[in-house]
Amino acid sequence: MDKPVAIELKNISKYFFGKVIANKNIDMTLYKGEILALLGENGSGKTTLMNMISGIYSPDEGHILVNGEEVSIRSPRDAFRYKIGMIHQHFKLVEVFTAAQNIVLGTKEGGRYSLKAINARVADISAKYGFEIDPQKKIYDMSVSEKQTVEIIKVLYRGADILILDEPTAVLTPQETEKLFDILRKMKEDGKSIIIITHKLNEVLAISDRVSILRKGEYVGTVITAETNTKELTEMMVGKKVDLKIDRPKTEYDRPLLEIRDLTINSDDGSKAIDNISFYIRGGEILGVAGIAGCGQKELCEAIAGLRKIVSGQIIHKGESLIGLSAKQISEKGVSMSFIPEDRLGMGLAPSFSITDNMMLKNYGDSRGIFVDRNAARARASALIEKLEIVTPSTETPVRRLSGGNVQKVLVGREIESGPNVIVTAYPVRGLDINSSYVIYDILNEEKVKGTGILFIGEDLDVMLALCDKIMVICHGKVMGIVHAEKTDKEELGLMMTGSLDLTEEKKEKRLGIAKDSNLTEEEWIEGAQKEADNG
Amino acid sequence: MIASLLIGAISLATVFLFGCVGEIITEKSGHLNLGIPGIMCVGTAGGCLGASVYMGALNGATPSYPILFLFSSLTTFTFSAAVGAIYAFLTVSLKCNQNITGLAITIFGTGLTQFMMDNVIDRSQLFAASSVLKQGLPFAENLGWFGNVFLSHGVLVYLAIAIAVAASLFLNKTKAGLNLRAIGENPAAADAVGINVTNYKFAAILTGSGIAGFGGYFYIIDYIGGSWENASTIEALGWMSIALVIFTLWRPALSIVGSILFAALYILAAKLPGFVSGITFTFTSVLKLFPYIITIIVLIITSIFGSKNVQPPQALGLPYFREER
Repeated sequence: MDKPVAIELKNISKYFFGKVIANKNIDMTLYKGEILALLGENGSGKTTLMNMISGIYSPDEGHILVNGEEVSIRSPRDAFRYKIGMIHQHFKLVEVFTAAQNIVLGTKEGGRYSLKAINARVADISAKYGFEIDPQKKIYDMSVSEKQTVEIIKVLYRGADILILDEPTAVLTPQETEKLFDILRKMKEDGKSIIIITHKLNEVLAISDRVSILRKGEYVGTVITAETNTKELTEMMVGKKVDLKIDRPKTEYDRPLLEIRDLTINSDDGSKAIDNISFYIRGGEILGVAGIAGCGQKELCEAIAGLRKIVSGQIIHKGESLIGLSAKQISEKGVSMSFIPEDRLGMGLAPSFSITDNMMLKNYGDSRGIFVDRNAARARASALIEKLEIVTPSTETPVRRLSGGNVQKVLVGREIESGPNVIVTAYPVRGLDINSSYVIYDILNEEKVKGTGILFIGEDLDVMLALCDKIMVICHGKVMGIVHAEKTDKEELGLMMTGSLDLTEEKKEKRLGIAKDSNLTEEEWIEGAQKEADNG
Repeated sequence: MIASLLIGAISLATVFLFGCVGEIITEKSGHLNLGIPGIMCVGTAGGCLGASVYMGALNGATPSYPILFLFSSLTTFTFSAAVGAIYAFLTVSLKCNQNITGLAITIFGTGLTQFMMDNVIDRSQLFAASSVLKQGLPFAENLGWFGNVFLSHGVLVYLAIAIAVAASLFLNKTKAGLNLRAIGENPAAADAVGINVTNYKFAAILTGSGIAGFGGYFYIIDYIGGSWENASTIEALGWMSIALVIFTLWRPALSIVGSILFAALYILAAKLPGFVSGITFTFTSVLKLFPYIITIIVLIITSIFGSKNVQPPQALGLPYFREER
C-alpha cells in the first residue's frame, strides 16, 4: 500500500505512576481517507494511546509522525494545530452552555464572539455531512446523540482532518449508530482520516477499512477488514480461542420469587416513569428487560431495591411485600441490585476506596464489635480478583484507578458474592470487552443454575436473545409485552421498543405478567392492593 | 432618615461589592476561595501602608487626590494579589484542598494585618488620607437629595460599581470570559479544546483577590474615616461578601443591588435603636442575621426550583489534574 500516511506511531510507550504499563512499543499507521478501527479489551490501552495523539497525555517514549513529519503534541491545542480532533467517550462539554458556545470555546478569533458567524459555519458543516443540530440549545437539554453531534461538529469547526472517536456507539441506539456511520462515510469521502474505537465487532466489520488490535498495552497487528471475520478478530484481541456462543442453561426451578403487580413509579420530575406494570421472575430464570434508554429502567431498579418510593402497586418477594422496607432490609432478604450507569462509577462503589474497602461497604455491619474486619474483606477481594480476572496492582488500589471494565467486575462480583436469591442487574456489561462480558454472562448463568432469579436490564438485543429466558419490553414506562427469547427476534423486539407493537392488547385474556402459580392467592392480592390503597 | 440610610448603605455596600465581585471571578474559575476575608484584611494593610507612606513623604504639603488614590490602589492590589498568589499556588499547582487552604489564608491574613497596622503602618496619617479620598463629586451638593445619595461618595464607591459592570460584561460577552466560565464548569472540556486551564485559573484568582482587597481598604479609609479597631471587623464583612456571592447567583451585575440590600440590613441593625424606641438587643441581633437567612432562603429556592442556569460552577472546589482517571 502506498497511500499517503496521515499518522504514524513509532515505538510509543506510556507508563502511569511510573510503573503501570499502559502502552508498550506501539507501532501503528493511519492512512489518509480511511477508517481505522482500534480494537482491544478493556485496559488494553486504546484510549490512552489515542489521548497521546490528541495531546491529553504525552508519551514517555517513542515518536509521533503527522503527514510524515515528526511532531511533539503536548496539549490539545497542539493537536488542533496538526488538524487532529478527538471525540471523547465521556463528552467534554459544558452543560450550561449552548451548542454554539461549546463549539466556539477556545477558538482564537477576536475578543468577542458573533453568534451569527458561528451559526452560519455550524449550518455549513451540518449541511455538508448531514447533521441535525440547534446551535442555541443548551447541552443539559440534549439527548446523548445530540451531545455527540456537538462534539463532532466541535472538532470539525476547528478544521480537523484526522478524527478520533472513542467508543462513539456505546451510548447510541441502533438507528442512531447507523446515522453516525453514514456521517463517518461522508467524512471519509471528503478525505478525512478516522480512527474509531469500539467493542462491537459487527460495527468494526460494518464501518472500517482496516483494524488494528491492541492487547494488554501492546500492539498485536493490523488486518484488512474485508479479509477478516469476527472469530479472527476476537482471537487476536483476547490472545486465545474464544467460544462466541452465549450459554442458556436449562433449569428446573420454577416458583415465582419476585412478583410485581400494577406497579407505578414516578421519576424525579414527577412524571410517570413506570406505568402500571406487572411481571414476575421465577427462580432459575433470567428475565430480560429491553427498552430505549430512559424508559423507566433506572426507576424500576431503584423501586425494587427500596431506594425509590412507589406510587401504587405491589412488590412481593417469596410471598412477602417489600414495600416500605429499607434498602438494607431488602438486601438482607437476598434481593441484590447492581446498576451500571453511563459513567460506570456513579452508583454502588466509592471511587477513592480500595477494592477491599468497597467489599466492606456492603457488610461491614456483620462483624462484631466496633472495629471492621479488614482481613476477611481483603481475602474476599483477592478471591474476587482471581475469579473475575480483575486487572489491578493490588487489593488496596483505589477503584477509580482501574479501567472501566475492571470497576464493573468489582461491583457485579461484590453483589453476587453476598449470595442473593434475586439479582437485579442493569447494564452489567456496559462498555465491557468481549472477554469480560463473557465472564459476567457466565457468572449470571452460574447463579441462575443455583436457582437465583435474575432481572437483566440490557442494551444489546443480540445478547439478550441469547442469554435471557424471557424478555419484557417496555416503552415509556408501559409494558409492550413479555416474550420467550426463543420465540422472538430482533425485529419484533425493535417494534415493541418503539411502541409500534403492543402484545398486551393482543393477548389480553392471557394476563401477561401474572403467574398462574403465584405465592399469593387472588384474594390476598386484592387484600394487599386494598391495604396499599388505605395507606396511600 | 431614608436618605441617610441609603447613603450609608451605598457606602457600606462598596465593601461587600469589592469582596463579592472578587470572589465571583475566582469561583468562575472553579476555586472556592475562603481566604477572601483574610485577603480583604491584607488589602487593608497594603492600602493603608501606601496611603501612610505617601502622606508621610509629603511633609505637610497638600496631598494630590489622584496620586494618593492611584498609589494606595496599587499597594492594595499588590498586597492582596500576592496573598491570592499563595492560595493559587497551593490550590492550582499543588492541588491542595481549597477549603482548608482558604481558611488558612484567612487566619494568616487577619494576623498579618493586625501586626502591620499595629507595628508597621503610621496610622496617624490615615485620617488625613481619608478626608482626601472621601471627597464626592464637586457638583453633588447642587443636586439636592439625588446628589447626596448617589454622587457624594468617594472615588472607590464608583470604582467598585465600574468593576462589577466590567466583570459582568467580561464574563458574558467576551471569549476570554466564556473560556473562564467553561473552566469553572468543566475544566476537562476547556482543556480538550486547548484552553490553558492553569493560566486562566491563576489570572482569575490573582485578579479576584486583588479586587477583593479593595473592600477592606475602603472600609478603613472611607467608611469609618481612617480609624482602626481590629482586623476581625473586616474579616466578618468578608464572610458576608462570600454569602453575597451565593445570594446574587454568581452574577456581578446583580451583586450591585445585593450588596446595597445587605448593607442596608447591616446598618438598620445598628441604627434602628436610635430611631425607634423600645427596640431590644435581641431584635437587632436577629436583624443582623438577616443577610445570612435570606442567603439560605435563596439557596433553598434555587435548589428546589432553580434551573441549571442558577447553580454554582459545576467544578467549584474540585482540583483539576489532566491525567487523573
